[in-house]
Amino acid sequence: MVVRVRIPDIVRRGQPFDVRIAIQHVMETGYRLDHSGRTIARNVIHTLVARYDGVEVYRAELGSGIAANPYLQFWITAPASGVLELSWVDDAGVAGSERVPVTVRD
Amino acid sequence: MRARPVACWLLAAVVAIAGCTVVDAGGDNGGDAGGTLATAAQARPRPLQQGSAFAPASLRALQADEFENPGMLWVARGAKLWQQAEGPDARSCASCHGDARSMRGAATRYPQVDRASGRLLNLDGRIMQCRSERQKAEPLAWESEPLLALGAYVAFQSQGLPLRPSIDGVARPFFERGRDRYQQRVGQMNLSCSQCHDSNWGRQLGPETISQGHGTGYPVYRLEWQGAGSLQRRLRSCLSGVRAEMFPYGAQEHLELELYLAWRAEGLALEAPGVRR
Amino acid sequence: MVADSPMKGRRRHLLALALAGGSGVVPVLPPGAAQAQMPTAPPPLGSGYALLVPKATQGAPVRAGRVTVDAPALADNGHSVPVRIVVQSAMRPDDHVRSITLLSDRNPRPVIVKAWLGPRAGRAELSTRIRLNGTQRILALAEMSDGSWWSGQADVVVTESACLDGS
Repeated sequence: MVVRVRIPDIVRRGQPFDVRIAIQHVMETGYRLDHSGRTIARNVIHTLVARYDGVEVYRAELGSGIAANPYLQFWITAPASGVLELSWVDDAGVAGSERVPVTVRD
Repeated sequence: MRARPVACWLLAAVVAIAGCTVVDAGGDNGGDAGGTLATAAQARPRPLQQGSAFAPASLRALQADEFENPGMLWVARGAKLWQQAEGPDARSCASCHGDARSMRGAATRYPQVDRASGRLLNLDGRIMQCRSERQKAEPLAWESEPLLALGAYVAFQSQGLPLRPSIDGVARPFFERGRDRYQQRVGQMNLSCSQCHDSNWGRQLGPETISQGHGTGYPVYRLEWQGAGSLQRRLRSCLSGVRAEMFPYGAQEHLELELYLAWRAEGLALEAPGVRR
Repeated sequence: MVADSPMKGRRRHLLALALAGGSGVVPVLPPGAAQAQMPTAPPPLGSGYALLVPKATQGAPVRAGRVTVDAPALADNGHSVPVRIVVQSAMRPDDHVRSITLLSDRNPRPVIVKAWLGPRAGRAELSTRIRLNGTQRILALAEMSDGSWWSGQADVVVTESACLDGS
């Protein structure tokens, strides 16, 4: 699973900054058929969690209505420099995570 | 995802297009309106416009955003695969080629004739050849995800450079067959590539604008595919659209058409990974 | 994927024909009845939310406002439609957005995404790309720290591709 995460170059203490994440994932809806007419099992990334220095700051539950190769942008604040950890899991139980160091400036 | 209408816009428009020798004679796009084999000088649309020029503004913006362009996920995977050791000698692409920046310009010269074998290879074919013959690794299948990723990564190195295919010498017969096939009416709709992409580019077909048919963005991320795909997949889409039999991946017909298309788009900037509807 | 309501309609129609055939009776329909058998127009945009919203809020009342849904009026393709949801909120510990829910009343699964933010988010905004099963009204709900619910919506026309793609 390939993931790309982007945060701004400059993060100010206590000021909201945006986190963008894109994950290569088919987000299979469970409504498509394969070439022999069988239903392809649903498999979507159903949960995405953001923790900052271990503290949960954001959580999203995703459904099959999220486009393939899901892209999300959301906002968080950082009281001090630390590590942003993004983790996710799909219906097949495949989990992934990405750690992004954040340097806070005043 | 959505319910499919039984009829499609193309079917609705086919009568108008199929009759273009009359309707569009002396048309406004300088195309080959007569339906006859054009001379080389006439056969390029004027002015030449990038593949992306015909995509909606929202998708052009998506393509231009280095982060949000979903095709960049394939480029990112390709970057990993470039370093990955394969085969008995644990060789990666990087073992021979070093940094992928050494590939700058390479993608602009495909398809090309392989000197040793005399075969016409597109970029994917070259990567497959490298993989089998140099790395001696498990072959990559046409249109497989790793091949699309490596192809996207190598093509991305040439982003912004003009296409510079060679159609001379040993390439000539391949080019000529590709050109003839481009003009050949096919399928139940009895349409050639040229009838849409020379004679009717710039016109609306349902919600879409007919493009000049340049493969400058491939591999592209297509919303319709919900993923990345090669130019051969796009050609298969077109063939299925006109209700013609699709060529298998890697078929000679595809490669020759690709060479003709590359010549037709010569000078346009490579823009992989493109984003299309 | 195919929305199930037109299919159901067609199945009912076929069922009626089969019954008529099986009984050996050719149904004689009064004038106007044939029109009643024709496929009906789709229900008005957003008509599904009367049921979906109370389910999402567990019955809590919802006021319109404070939530903006940015989506293209004309989507290039139903497989991937950009959406941005913005909620007006101070985003302080004592006054913030707890959750944002995006709903569709024409998709097979109505909850597209639900996000929990809290005061650490700093800004109540969420952007993503979604699938839409045809033209519809999408609706976003915001749950505030005081327990109130707010909503906003956007209408999106989903265009079809010009050519069928059998690749």
